[in-house]
Amino acid sequence: MRVLVLTSVSSILLFSAAAGANAAPAADAAAGKIIFEEHCALCHGFDGGGGRGPDLRRPTLSRAADDEALKSLIEGGIPPEMPDGSLFSKEDIANLAAFVRSLGNVPQEKLPGDAARGEALYRLSGCAGCHIHAGEGVGLGPDLTEIGAKRGPGRLRETLRSPAKTIPDGFLLVEAVTQAGETLRGIRLNEDSFTIQIKDMQSRIYSLRKSELRELKKLRNETPMPSYEGLLSAAEMEDLVAFLAAQRGQP
Amino acid sequence: MRLLTLFLLTYSSVWAQVPFARIVSADKEPGNWLTYSRNLAGHRYSPLAEINTQNVARLKVKWAYQFPEPRAEVSPIVVDGIAYITGPNSAAALDGRTGRTFWTWNRALPPDYRSIGFGHTSRGPAVLEDKLYVATLDGFLVALDLKSGAERWSSKVLDYKQGYSMTMAPLAIDGKVVVGVSGGEAGIRGFVDAYDAKTGKQAWRFWTIPGPGQAGHDTWAGDSWKTGGAPTWVTGAYDPELKLVYWGVGNPGPDWNGDARQGDNLYSCSLVALDADSGKLRWYFQFTPHDTHDWDATHVPVLFDSEVRGVKRKLVAVANRNAFYYVLDRVTGEFLAGRPYAKQTWARGLDATGRPILASQAEPTKEGTLVWPNANGATVWFSPSFSPQTGYFYVAAREIGATYFKRDTPYKPGTEFMGGGENELPMDDAWGAIRALQAETGEMRWEFKLHSPPWAGVMSTAGGLVFSGSDEGNFYALDGRTGKALWDFQTGGAIAANPVSFTVDGHQCIAIAADRVLYAFGL
Repeated sequence: MRVLVLTSVSSILLFSAAAGANAAPAADAAAGKIIFEEHCALCHGFDGGGGRGPDLRRPTLSRAADDEALKSLIEGGIPPEMPDGSLFSKEDIANLAAFVRSLGNVPQEKLPGDAARGEALYRLSGCAGCHIHAGEGVGLGPDLTEIGAKRGPGRLRETLRSPAKTIPDGFLLVEAVTQAGETLRGIRLNEDSFTIQIKDMQSRIYSLRKSELRELKKLRNETPMPSYEGLLSAAEMEDLVAFLAAQRGQP
Repeated sequence: MRLLTLFLLTYSSVWAQVPFARIVSADKEPGNWLTYSRNLAGHRYSPLAEINTQNVARLKVKWAYQFPEPRAEVSPIVVDGIAYITGPNSAAALDGRTGRTFWTWNRALPPDYRSIGFGHTSRGPAVLEDKLYVATLDGFLVALDLKSGAERWSSKVLDYKQGYSMTMAPLAIDGKVVVGVSGGEAGIRGFVDAYDAKTGKQAWRFWTIPGPGQAGHDTWAGDSWKTGGAPTWVTGAYDPELKLVYWGVGNPGPDWNGDARQGDNLYSCSLVALDADSGKLRWYFQFTPHDTHDWDATHVPVLFDSEVRGVKRKLVAVANRNAFYYVLDRVTGEFLAGRPYAKQTWARGLDATGRPILASQAEPTKEGTLVWPNANGATVWFSPSFSPQTGYFYVAAREIGATYFKRDTPYKPGTEFMGGGENELPMDDAWGAIRALQAETGEMRWEFKLHSPPWAGVMSTAGGLVFSGSDEGNFYALDGRTGKALWDFQTGGAIAANPVSFTVDGHQCIAIAADRVLYAFGL
């Protein structure tokens, strides 16, 4: 399963790198991948998914907005945690940057949907009942103001179809039963070995000590978000994807 | 009153030298913490009992000290009310009453220094006579004047440009200071060194990879021994009667690709017993022959005496990164007992000599192989604890698997040399526990579950308590007999350090580093 995902990710990367007008040639990203596995994977994960270092599979990296910024970051490191790239040649760094960019590349492909119609669907479909967008809505699910910068269209499509398969970090649904027998269901805001913090569907926040709970379940395959497969037509789905993909926050 | 005590503190510092006899007889001064694990046997056990199962619920913060760097991993040394700490290329003496510094010391890190496979960290100092010993990242063993922090001498142990480094607390033994090296991800050739405590002159070196003509050299194919790793980056233990130094040896390199280093790769992933006078190998025991999962055997060895099958024996126990617990005879290295203490899928068990019986399909591959434990292991560098009160060996265990990948790797001096990598399972698929093992057998007596795999060591006390920390910042006390949680405190920072205990003005304190803060607790 894991293997399959890896393979398909790499082929998408190569494809999108080749398809992008300004992207480096595919061969460079492939060379960068070898350097990445040897020098970066120990902290950033073999697939760039993060470990001791952050997840790099994002279209926009917070410390490196563009290729030049990324190259200079690799060259200089982030002392003391991230070593500098003084041992790499300019070409190595360019290849490495191309690979890291490819991890979160948003294909420049033209989306078939219509973003304006998608915006209307966003309002009609009740999305704002759980999401905040441009300051409006309810903050139960992820803020969607910059969702297009964080998720590619493929991922957005998958979430609309099968939201339980793409639950983002920080939005695990849990069920806690107190000693008094009261059941609380909500999003886990935080957890440690002694306490858990939960927000229920009415946005009420609970701080609980685990020693006072009878049961605590992680509902790992559940989400309050419905699937829009069937609720929206295929064309409407594409319109909504086009709208969400265009949400990139303030320039 | 306060003046009087201050005067006494000042007065005591006049004679506050630490001859080796004080360290050997650590239990005669329960209020001090004179060596990394408090005693030379690696117990991390405090004989103090003022804080105990009856009153620990009232434990409160006494003071906090802020480190200049994040993720402190230091285990302080405490001598007569003064706490000595280290950071990356730095050290300080703190007032045990307030956490205020008496002195600080820094050594500039060369701009081209790189840590390969670990953070900029230092796990503590050592003390002997009138000096504090600090191992620096860029490879120097430095002796500081205990009272001022001024440098007495410094000796170059290694060349950081080859990928070597030092992060461990040195071990002071009779007249010598023993150090080990990091660099298992950089193709070094590991060693354990001893230096004359007075002069800094090298006393001996033990290469953890035998050179041509030496026994064990033939366990490395071709020239692979030259870049075979086998680092020694965690503080060992010492038996002053047998005059043996016990030291753990780390992974062979490249970590995840063993193709070019066919053979058992001695003495990687082994415990070695070295003669304290000469550094000569007395015996070794290899836990993971020809390792391909980065399972360093770099753990504090725990020395204790007990009956095994009706015979009183001198023992050494190790809870290994490979998820097995081992008990050996510490005079001969003979394997006596071993069993898993955490989930593992790489071995079907141990044979009569303690050698693992390998499972099929546990080797890293191009496509990836899912194996428990992950590369950081079922436990890592942080310390276990042995309580003579309960006879239990306490270990912070990590329940996490990973998909291991194998790649080709060229060797370039001073750079990563790993031959692959791993993808850890997501955190909600992983967890941790503090486990109490019967020290003679490794049978589990209780466990206390943790939200995620821990990075903090364990300390037990004569107050019947076990202290440890979580990656989410919980610092907590358990009942040493039952594992029941009796007290917890949210420190606000990930805990990746070992607890210590000492007295100030006659009262017991417990200290732990949590990210950027060193906390001291008391009643």
